[in-house]
Amino acid sequence: MAADGNLAAIEISTKRTRSANKPIWLSGIFFVLGIALWWLVYSHLLSAATWLTSSLLRLDARTHVGAAVQFFTFEVPKVLMLLALVVFGVGIIRSFFTPERTRAILAGKRESTGNALASLLGVVTPFCSCSAVPLFIGFVTTGVPLGVTFSFLIAAPMINEVALVLLFGLFGWRVAAIYAGTGLAIAMVAGWTIGRLKLERFVEPWVYQMESGPSTVPDGPMSWSTRTQMGFEAVRDIVGRVWLYVVAGIAVGAGIHGYVPENFMAHIMGKGAWWSVPLAVLIGVPMYSNAAGIIPVVQALLGKGAALGTVLAFMMSVIGLSLPETIILRKVLRPQLIAVFVAVVGAGILLVGYLFNVLM
Amino acid sequence: MSIEIKVLGPGCARCKQLYSEAERAIAQLAAPATLIKVEDIKEIMAYKILATPALVINGEVKSAGRIPNAGEIASWLATTAIKQ
Repeated sequence: MAADGNLAAIEISTKRTRSANKPIWLSGIFFVLGIALWWLVYSHLLSAATWLTSSLLRLDARTHVGAAVQFFTFEVPKVLMLLALVVFGVGIIRSFFTPERTRAILAGKRESTGNALASLLGVVTPFCSCSAVPLFIGFVTTGVPLGVTFSFLIAAPMINEVALVLLFGLFGWRVAAIYAGTGLAIAMVAGWTIGRLKLERFVEPWVYQMESGPSTVPDGPMSWSTRTQMGFEAVRDIVGRVWLYVVAGIAVGAGIHGYVPENFMAHIMGKGAWWSVPLAVLIGVPMYSNAAGIIPVVQALLGKGAALGTVLAFMMSVIGLSLPETIILRKVLRPQLIAVFVAVVGAGILLVGYLFNVLM
Repeated sequence: MSIEIKVLGPGCARCKQLYSEAERAIAQLAAPATLIKVEDIKEIMAYKILATPALVINGEVKSAGRIPNAGEIASWLATTAIKQ
């Protein structure tokens, strides 16, 4: 092997990273200081935006332009900061839940319990829709029931940290909690229904012929520095991917905020229009956007009189039922099963939409 | 002796990222390694992974569902080379 020198270099560099690891209490202090600094900046964002708008740009917040500028300069840093903090936290939480461990928990679980567990685990297990196929095969071939697998696949994209942060940041904790709660309920009930319907014959036959077995991915204990590093990587990856959508979405929101008259949407998307919920779902399903892009628009809709249920249904159908994911799943599912999947989840979303329009 | 590295993934953005990290690791070490992209789902599933992209060195799954950086890949390559 010609690379002896390089091998030595690698050994040295591994040693160096090890000795560079700070003691745990020092990392703790840095962590607390970081959070304090974050909070200090975060709590001054509104006054900063007001100062920027009225003193620096000399705009009157009562005018359309003034309102739009203040809204934009406050919401952008606020949402991005919240997003960074939560994505970091979730990144650390996810380092505890690998897909392999989740599968081990779900294998052989009975239906109802399994559906509930799978939906909850779908929220905390790292998942990307591009991995839907290996995950599906790996689950159903090792004894995770089909319906339970679907509960996971429905919950994972629908209830994600980006959606929750944006809902919390823009509408408060109640709307975020409603979204998470109803999203979980849909994942549980829809997965359970699919399981009851006994649709295994509509899974591509080759899937069940795949050789199954435990995963061989190394799963050793992880150090806290690795977990923190994963948190930072998640921030870089996710915030790097969505920040532009957040800014663009808030810009649209700001435009509507300043210029579209109050209650403009009330006629089209208000409670009175019974057809608004199915229409929102029909428009939402083929749309593909990440949660970040859609929510500020949703905010503008809500602010101008659209009903909460309609808006929630719209959001869920955009994020939870995406066309790309169904296309990816077509590799392992026959069209009939995909149709059932879309219909069952769509029906759940409709129900949630109507429910909230009636209740609130 | 030669080392065989496989990048498993259906051609998504993250798979390409992993592929280029592996390329950099090989270049760093000047290691005699062959790098193969595996995009066929049945072939991918033969490694029993649950998430893509995954990295396989001489038939052994080293990572799945994440993108290890070139340094990490290089240290796996080095250990594999020492074993040989």
